[in-house]
Amino acid sequence: MFRAAVRLSVSGVRSLTRTQPGCQALLASRGYSHGKQETDEEFDARWVTYFNKPDIDAWELRKGMNTLVCYDLVPEPKILEAALRACRRLNDLASAIRILEAVKDKAGPHKDIYPYVIQELKPVLEELGISTPEELGIDKL
Amino acid sequence: MFHLAAGRVGSLAAKRATAALSTSSARMMASHGHGTGDTHPPFHQQQLLVSALDKLRQDDRKRFRQVSTAVDMSKPLYTDSVDVPLPDRPYKEVLTDADKSLKQKEKGPWNQLSKEEKLALYRLKFLKTYPEMRHSTPEWKTVLGVAFFFLGLTGFVVWWQKVYVFPKRPRTFEGDWPEKQLKRMLDMRINPVQGISSKWDYEKGQWK
Repeated sequence: MFRAAVRLSVSGVRSLTRTQPGCQALLASRGYSHGKQETDEEFDARWVTYFNKPDIDAWELRKGMNTLVCYDLVPEPKILEAALRACRRLNDLASAIRILEAVKDKAGPHKDIYPYVIQELKPVLEELGISTPEELGIDKL
Repeated sequence: MFHLAAGRVGSLAAKRATAALSTSSARMMASHGHGTGDTHPPFHQQQLLVSALDKLRQDDRKRFRQVSTAVDMSKPLYTDSVDVPLPDRPYKEVLTDADKSLKQKEKGPWNQLSKEEKLALYRLKFLKTYPEMRHSTPEWKTVLGVAFFFLGLTGFVVWWQKVYVFPKRPRTFEGDWPEKQLKRMLDMRINPVQGISSKWDYEKGQWK
């Protein structure tokens, strides 16, 4: 299913077919009593594929991120890595920093999630040259 | 004064040639054949009203044009929201030359950007950071204070009413009247099953 999605997304076809895996999974993740329930791995893979689209555009990045933060979860580091790399392709450092801020905010009272995510993302952050909000001093007022 | 209205009135007259005009002078005007472009139409009440309204509408439009620019709601707006990390448009869309050159530098490796430059890029795109968005204001103190002030004011008003407005208390509250009233109720056996008389012990002459 993913390979088909990737092929379609590479061709840049803005059609229902590309978004369909998303729609199906959205329904499944709502937890209906019937139908196949999407596993965590499938969810992660779907979002990684979404952000890994080589010619992703700014709107799709915004839409993806804004949708992702609406879910009751903190995204896995591999999804965030894909999103950060998408920011790099779009030459958008500000959005990359914003994504890190959003992750910290999503963790809410669970203060140990964000440091773990940053630790996992350290190689990517160093490779792409993304500073964390703490390094820039914007984590405080 | 009627220059602007003249052409319009003239065409109005032409259009309304067949329409019922109430006064004879109007009918006379129509029959005189005042077509478009006649510079001095005769004084007529309907024309006066129409042209005056036109002028007023034009004045309104001129006045509104001088009012400060409204937000163009047909374009994407910038919003700071913790639920929407990436708003529909960047905060600053009009960039200075320095900003533009910074944007060019952004296209290269980000390792080469200094901390200040990275911060500048962030502030170009976003107005508030997440902590700034989440920061509470002391507005609640003002709200509570004003609410209490008006409650106090109401209390003052009620006291004034007590002194200057309310009539005297009925005499049924003074002296031994309430006591005598109660005795009368008990003698009449008011509410003897579950009410007041049921609480009175008639043999012992006291409350149960």
